[in-house]
Amino acid sequence: MPKFDWIHKVLVLGSGAIKIGEAAEFDYSGSQCLKALHEEGIETVLINPNIATIQTDTRLSGKVYLLPVTPDFVEKVIAKERPDGILLGFGGQTALNCGIELAKTGILDKYNVKVLGTSIAAIEDTGDRERFRQSMLEADVSPLKSRSATSLEAATQIADEIGYPVIVRVAYTLGGKGSGVAHNVEELGEIVTRGIAQSRIGQVLVEEYVGHWKEIEYEVMRDYADNCLTICNMENFDPMGVHTGDSIVVAPSQTMTNRECHKIRQLSINAIRHLNIVGECNIQWALNTQSEECRVIEVNSRMSRSSALASKVTGYPLAYIATKLTLGYLLSELTNKVTEVTTACFEPALDYVTIKVPRWDLQKFQNADRHVGPQMRSVGEVMAIGRCFEEALQKATRMLDIGKIGLVCNPEDSELESEQHIRDELANPTDERLFKISKALRMGLSISEIYRLSGIDPFFLSKIKNILNMEDKLRKLDINDCEAAKIIREAKRIGFSDMQIAVCQCTDEVTVRNFRKNAKIIPSVKQIDTLAAEYPAKINYLYMTYGGDEDDIDLSNNNSKVLVLGAGVFRIGSSVEFDWCAVNTIWALKRNGVKEAIMINYNPETVSTDYDVSDKLYFEELTTERIMDIYDKENPLGIITSVGGQIPNNLSMKLTESGANIIGTSAQNVDLAEDRNKFSSLLDKLGISQPLWSKLVSIDDTKLSAEKIGYPVIVRPSYVLSGSAMRVAYDEVSLENFLNLAAKVSRDHPVVISKFITGAKEVEVDGVCDGDNVLIGAIMEHVENAGVHSGDATMTIPPQALKIEVQKDIEDCTKRIVKALNIRGPYNIQYLVKDDVVNVIECNLRASRSMPFVSKTRGINLIEQATLVMLGKKINVQLSPMDTVPHVGVKVPQFSFMRLSGADPVLGVEMLSTGEVACIGETFSDAFSKALQAAEVHIPPKDGAILISVGGGQENKKRVIPIAKAFQEMNFRIFATANTANVLTASGVNATILYKVKDAQVNPNILDYLQERKIDLVINVPVTNSKTNYSDTLTDGYIIRRQAVEFNVPVITNLQLAAALVDVLKKNSQNEQTICSLNEYMDKIPWKYW
Amino acid sequence: MSDKNKKAILFLKDGTSFIGKGFGATGKTSGEVVFSTSMVGYTETLTDPSSKGQILTLTYPLVGNYGVPQKELELGLPLYFESDNIQVQGLVIHELCLEPSHWASNRTLDKWLSDEGIPGIYGIDTRRLTKKLRTCGSMLGILQVFDSAKKEEEPDFENLLQNCSNIIDPNLTDLVKEVSIKQPCTYNVDGKLTVVLIDCGTTFSIIRSLLKRGINVVRVPYDMPVDEILSYNPDGILVSSGPGDPKRNTKTIAVVRELAEKTPLMAICLGAQILALAFGADTFKLKFGHRSQNQPALDLSSSRCYITNQNHSYTIDIDTLKQTSLEPWYVNPNDKTVEGIKHKTKPVFGVQWHPEDAPDSRDTDIMLDKFKKTMEVK
Repeated sequence: MPKFDWIHKVLVLGSGAIKIGEAAEFDYSGSQCLKALHEEGIETVLINPNIATIQTDTRLSGKVYLLPVTPDFVEKVIAKERPDGILLGFGGQTALNCGIELAKTGILDKYNVKVLGTSIAAIEDTGDRERFRQSMLEADVSPLKSRSATSLEAATQIADEIGYPVIVRVAYTLGGKGSGVAHNVEELGEIVTRGIAQSRIGQVLVEEYVGHWKEIEYEVMRDYADNCLTICNMENFDPMGVHTGDSIVVAPSQTMTNRECHKIRQLSINAIRHLNIVGECNIQWALNTQSEECRVIEVNSRMSRSSALASKVTGYPLAYIATKLTLGYLLSELTNKVTEVTTACFEPALDYVTIKVPRWDLQKFQNADRHVGPQMRSVGEVMAIGRCFEEALQKATRMLDIGKIGLVCNPEDSELESEQHIRDELANPTDERLFKISKALRMGLSISEIYRLSGIDPFFLSKIKNILNMEDKLRKLDINDCEAAKIIREAKRIGFSDMQIAVCQCTDEVTVRNFRKNAKIIPSVKQIDTLAAEYPAKINYLYMTYGGDEDDIDLSNNNSKVLVLGAGVFRIGSSVEFDWCAVNTIWALKRNGVKEAIMINYNPETVSTDYDVSDKLYFEELTTERIMDIYDKENPLGIITSVGGQIPNNLSMKLTESGANIIGTSAQNVDLAEDRNKFSSLLDKLGISQPLWSKLVSIDDTKLSAEKIGYPVIVRPSYVLSGSAMRVAYDEVSLENFLNLAAKVSRDHPVVISKFITGAKEVEVDGVCDGDNVLIGAIMEHVENAGVHSGDATMTIPPQALKIEVQKDIEDCTKRIVKALNIRGPYNIQYLVKDDVVNVIECNLRASRSMPFVSKTRGINLIEQATLVMLGKKINVQLSPMDTVPHVGVKVPQFSFMRLSGADPVLGVEMLSTGEVACIGETFSDAFSKALQAAEVHIPPKDGAILISVGGGQENKKRVIPIAKAFQEMNFRIFATANTANVLTASGVNATILYKVKDAQVNPNILDYLQERKIDLVINVPVTNSKTNYSDTLTDGYIIRRQAVEFNVPVITNLQLAAALVDVLKKNSQNEQTICSLNEYMDKIPWKYW
Repeated sequence: MSDKNKKAILFLKDGTSFIGKGFGATGKTSGEVVFSTSMVGYTETLTDPSSKGQILTLTYPLVGNYGVPQKELELGLPLYFESDNIQVQGLVIHELCLEPSHWASNRTLDKWLSDEGIPGIYGIDTRRLTKKLRTCGSMLGILQVFDSAKKEEEPDFENLLQNCSNIIDPNLTDLVKEVSIKQPCTYNVDGKLTVVLIDCGTTFSIIRSLLKRGINVVRVPYDMPVDEILSYNPDGILVSSGPGDPKRNTKTIAVVRELAEKTPLMAICLGAQILALAFGADTFKLKFGHRSQNQPALDLSSSRCYITNQNHSYTIDIDTLKQTSLEPWYVNPNDKTVEGIKHKTKPVFGVQWHPEDAPDSRDTDIMLDKFKKTMEVK
């Protein structure tokens, strides 16, 4: 059956901003989907406000709408574009939920838009717990014993029937949001009440708890003719009870027998057939550890995190093939893209093992709970490939970029911890459980005891034990012994880095490297080919291993080659924007005559790790050792380290020292900018103003300097990302604490303190320099005053409240700094503007987070220009930041506080947002309003209700009066906490007092109002200039903010942002929001640099 | 000897050698070196009589993870195993799991091979070996496990090369005779139907699949004459899978030709090749065979494509089917080889894959259901 002939134009829904549970994997699957559609000559329309994605490139998609993925906006685009079909499976739960709404409200029927692939009915069968259960029973597949409830009473009764512990799951939420295990009726009450409030359909499921059963996943594909196959199975290292997104996952399965594999495979196929899925889906299972008994857990009837992972695990492009299936093709009509000769109707065979490990950033959040469980909390993940489990596991621990040189040999291994504490960590996992297993083994806990506590299969535990045994051997080893090479070879085989061996031998990395190279201990390059070498692969999807003695590819050619270092693991502060930069660099290299553009990256979520993007993909570690291994094999012209964010940037010095050629700005100049001390000295030399500063020499000296500079001061470590350990100190005590913290984070690099200027504007520029010409892509103005990390700030292009003279000053400063640093590539500079005086605060000699935002809003691809420069060419465009575009772009951060129980949503100098969106409009408020909605901020309705609570004294509270008045003028009901209400009432604002949460018995109470959704917006501005820690869990402010987050009520903690929102609300009543594609905006730009 | 001293060498006829660690039994063996890309199922594959005469390479690098289960019976036949013994000559893997973990396991893979006297090698680049076999085709070779502490056991390369040229290709021997049952035996489930299973090296799964469908099975030797077979009054005949070159089984070919005229007949793997030969078609040896759980088989009469489990070296020549009363039914979309044949008018068919091998029904189980149906309408 060929494709349906009635499909000419297809609408694809994206997933919006990166948030916990919905990350870059949807950029990958969406991009593949668009590629598959284009090949068929189908016109595409994409709605996705995530400007930093690769899929929102007009060269990849037909039309791109940077708009919220909500039914109203999607309807407007449908009315304008009139597509024949819509794809809901490539934008995560966001797209799926939006699609269900569109179908239910009759919008799809109204415009005759067909849902391609899995039908709405099937989507609902998988999303609604009770329907799913029924459906599984019909298919003769066993679900968990469970029933759904819409009230606490019903839930309690069900739990009594099943018996505790039970797990409560919330219907229709992302990544298990709101779920939890209840061991008793009290816990049940708490989880159920919150869950019902969070569920889109007010429903929770109470089910049997299968604690330590194995958790297994299958990725299933099915076409319209009922051909059905499983691409990959995956076994969770962490047993049932930890969300699969927060679990270490191994693929293929390791501890399942042939019978178990085939049993679950066939049951998966039976279930998927019964559900009538067309395209791709993921099915999760619990498997008993003492029998072949199994239970189906859930089905994701769309591309998921796991399906992106499975694509990278196997080389089978699931999203691409799934798209073709939704168009009517059958599996057997499609070709395996890896061999180019065999059919896509097969199940990949692997001859390697892969491990995915999640990356958390919980330590960044004040008060956040560090336990992992049924609710996903990780913000990124890594995947490692090896020929044995140990090799892959040790690679993965390094890839996490949390300072580990492997599973063992880390300085913190010897930190003392009580056995009781370790036992507790094993039984109640936190983000550090993996490392606690090694500690437990070191303490002498047996594998069976660790298994009893953790439920982690002894198979995996014994592999960890192997690694520990090798560490012991290495520590005892005499390098001059004749057996030394043999032992080191074995150590390399099980994943030890040169650095780990060096630690054991009390020597340095280079010595170990030289030793092993002399002994001919070098890794080989292996190909991922989907068929375990049965057929030759046509693509270069590669990894390196010491478990082999032959390179799969011919490395002897003299092609011009350039290595591009990708962004590595995503975490707060480094996300899809750097993938956009890396992929665009590859494209630009290809366009500019480089024969082999080679990508090194290991993040399975990304487009850059799609083997289709580069000429060669090394799915490998970003460490000096591994990059040099590749460098030695490939002999490239050089390495680009400036487009993947902080990980590659930090490597440039060491790579230079190892003899590699860095293309672009030299490592010495990178150091001049990153080293806070050197950079501040340079500015002094150039006579460019900066906040008063001082280098940390000793704590006491610094205290004196701080006195001189005047509190508050900001503590800045060097070479860090996302303001990690950056803190504002208001007094000596906090200064000392923060200095210690900063010194720990930035071990080998200096820390400086500088004056924290309050009430200043923050401005940034992004650009490129070729040594002579300085290109400034844009000047961006932050809406929030300085003090909010740039990654958490709302930004606008062009600036809305910055005088032309100030902009000219910024342009001038930029040119001087850029030239002084001899930049050859991308850069980003951050400024403070107070009383029209421009101060420099930071300069990054690498692509920045805002580069895709600037590039797309201003119609100039900065990465393209940067790549030209790095290849030794000159910038070929003329553009001044003062040349204006006829529209406004606004970038808004996306937070995931709801996922992080306990986390305080107050913004500061350390970045907390997980993602961002940007929308374009005719005016600031047009763009800002769209962007807010795109970041899931519900804009309060016209006659809504607002709660205001401002900390501090009278003066502080008075600052909110104009905002309160504006809300009153717009007929909002205004509630306030007692003291704030007094100030407001005195100034003529009609505010009703709500009592604080801790006075739970006193009515009217804030908690009740939030719970009953009687409040549409909370403005809570905490005191920042006091000595008290505003995040103290006992403060009223914290409780209000946290409760608002829990009940999904928007919280604004910043006055400038509140004022901007007022502006939006005022203008919204006057204007309809414009519905224009990015293509249309770009067409109206007077220049054509894209 | 201590395991530490256990070394092994795999020597191929073309002079290529792989030196690794030894496991299982000490000693020297020879056979046809082949590879399988199945990621699980070593207990089943190693005991499949179709593997007779082979030195088997597993491409998935971690082997032995779930150990070796005890012989648990279902319908009187052991689960996890396809015959009573290991059938391969030797085993080649990348990494051997020394500490397996599974509730059903009662010994390690190493122990099992030792117990059965089968040598194994691990710690070699099995991907390099597989690529070699893919390019040059399955190759004869020698596998030797020795004690490196003993000088006299150290293999001599010259010698091995010499030995290699003297290896008898197992495909030139009567492998089927070695694996077939010697005396008929009956598995009775008091079913309405009875099938005579011509045992060319049957798996336990084939028998169990019939029993599960309520069919009595009479398992007979591969060379039982027609009238003896018919004396069991079978409702149908099943010709089993098995090892080696189908053309060597001249007796069976003649018997199948005659039986196909009289009764419904289904043939599996080697059986299917025998069926093709019986009707005058030809067979040939594949370069490196089909050994995996992921072989696609496309139904030429519909748009359905099945994922199948296979273990064979020989295949039916599609062009030679034209002159016969058989027709191609399934083909492999990858290498276009025949995966299924059927008689144009009679209830007679054969498939190249194993339709029988999973605990719950697999897609391809329908072949056995179809067989049952043809017997019921007869």
